[in-house]
Amino acid sequence: MSVRRLAPKELQPASFAFREGTLDWAKQQIAKYPEGRQASACIAILWRVQEEHEGWVSEAAIRAVADLLDMPYIRVLEIATFYTMFQLSPVGKKAHVQVCGTTPCMLRGAGDLIEVCKHRIHHDPGHVSEDGNFSWEEVECLGACVNAPMVMIWKDTYEDLTKDSLNKVLDGFASGNPPKPGPQIDRQFAAPAGGPRVLKDTAVAGDATKKGNV
Amino acid sequence: MLDDKDRIFRNLYGLDDWGLAGARRRGAWDGTKSIIEKGRDWIVNEMKASGLRGRGGAGFPTGMKWSFMPKESTDGRPSYLVVNADESEPGTCKDREIMRHDPHLLVEGCLLASFAMGAHACYIYVRGEFIREREHLQAAVDQAYEAKLIGKDNIHGWPFDLYVAHGAGAYICGEETALLESLEGKKGQPRLKPPFPANVGLFGCPTTVNNVESIAVAPDILRRGAAWFASIGRANNVGTKLYGISGHVNTPCVVEEAMSIPFKELIEKHGGGIRGGWDNLLAIIPGGASCPLIPAHDCEELIMDFDGTRAVKSSFGTAGVIVMDKSTDVVAAIARISYFFKHESCGQCTPCREGTGWMWRVLSRMVEGRAHKREIDMLLEVTKQVEGHTICALGDAAAWPVQGLIRAFRPEIERRIDEFTRKSTLDDQGILDPDHMIAAE
Repeated sequence: MSVRRLAPKELQPASFAFREGTLDWAKQQIAKYPEGRQASACIAILWRVQEEHEGWVSEAAIRAVADLLDMPYIRVLEIATFYTMFQLSPVGKKAHVQVCGTTPCMLRGAGDLIEVCKHRIHHDPGHVSEDGNFSWEEVECLGACVNAPMVMIWKDTYEDLTKDSLNKVLDGFASGNPPKPGPQIDRQFAAPAGGPRVLKDTAVAGDATKKGNV
Repeated sequence: MLDDKDRIFRNLYGLDDWGLAGARRRGAWDGTKSIIEKGRDWIVNEMKASGLRGRGGAGFPTGMKWSFMPKESTDGRPSYLVVNADESEPGTCKDREIMRHDPHLLVEGCLLASFAMGAHACYIYVRGEFIREREHLQAAVDQAYEAKLIGKDNIHGWPFDLYVAHGAGAYICGEETALLESLEGKKGQPRLKPPFPANVGLFGCPTTVNNVESIAVAPDILRRGAAWFASIGRANNVGTKLYGISGHVNTPCVVEEAMSIPFKELIEKHGGGIRGGWDNLLAIIPGGASCPLIPAHDCEELIMDFDGTRAVKSSFGTAGVIVMDKSTDVVAAIARISYFFKHESCGQCTPCREGTGWMWRVLSRMVEGRAHKREIDMLLEVTKQVEGHTICALGDAAAWPVQGLIRAFRPEIERRIDEFTRKSTLDDQGILDPDHMIAAE
């Protein structure tokens, strides 16, 4: 299992307040579940909190979410530490790079991507770069195995990467102008490179193909 | 090769509109009401007759699973359908394509499946990493509500609510009871069975958990008829299936193909062939990381279905094939899978929590040959002690790849040990070197 701890005290903000509109949104999430089952919304709310507060979850935030959902602190702390997409310490301001290192990506060169991150960002994962803009970590399967190797930055995946194209992606984030997500080679999502080999004859796929989408 | 007209996922590559208009043009939501009017029993029987086996890995007949749900509630507890979209097994990325490019097939399937098992509410649990996919799916659900295809007062006459929930990065939540725990707002730690979810599931109510692909193919099966689906593939392994081809092939891709397609045909036609030619094949992992690898000589005649992979002591899993050519460090590849399972163990059962880390540490020494030959048998024995001694199947899943490696590549491990021994010097600190004994954390 992965053992994760909260960030040390000196990194923890003293207080936490929900952003405007978050509480209304949280009510909608809670309404998805039967009466008295508000705990079910915990993951979604923690996620939103992470998005709105510099990409990580602080201890104060965990307490606030627990109070909101009427849950014991320890239950929310459990969730924050169990689910590995909750970042427990500060991440890069411009990009937090999650490199998939699991076997299918590893076979196609995830090691090269990790090298790039080590050189450009920080030697060790989980540390913020000197300028505070970037951080990286190696994660377990991100579910884009046919587009390996790939990274995920914030909400988007950048697929079919090489050392050079990852550098370009990172350059894009550094200059505040990130590239188009998805495959970074000439490829239509999960179709084979060079164009789909099936679904070419149907009117539906045929029309779209003609638009130069491939 | 499967004919285009027999494909269910006609927008697999996202060339067309994924929204309601596009989905309708491709045939979704066509005659849904008439299917519902045929009744619950008809749907369940048709699903049984179609021979569809669950697409999440275990291959349990879907129609039979649906029939386990209580006919009517005797104690006031509602029934739930939960769709498992926590696709996290390395090598598997098929449900992603459904959710982002054809989400309406899933939404329609949820309605039909819920009706067939008397559920008025359904939750789709999407893995945390699939953020854009979740947005597409939620948008499709909103469109369906808007068009009154689902909702409390919809045109199909079966009050039905559909909710999209999500996780936050835990492979174990793909296990059905861990998923239910997670949906209840807890750590995703699997529950003991029995009671089975069909009796006591989500919020203590009867629940069926199905894979995304199993649900998304249901509307087409019901529209075109069980006989059509059952005519594709071979007995006991029928239908069409999304295959993922990753690793050392020329053109990795996801493709819908008939069940029981020969492995060679799948790779040559869709994967563009093995990198460096067929003779360059070393081994494959047929259905996601938990399946034991199949060495090249068994791939020659391999049939890609449940029975075909079992005949070579592996399993079909989710049909996410990972191909490894001869340049692969196969021990390192399996050691990385071991690391994955160590990382993803929920920590509840001791054999898995401790065993996965132990297996990974031993394997990572074996990568460089820093081990004794007797440790190979010890490792094999430990995998047998983990397998079957845990609440859920993650322990088994962690054990199988290691067993597969030892079965097929023992000489390679021994060669590395010999090589290391031959090169070692007297002042070699061996396994005492802290760099080589990375702590379990």
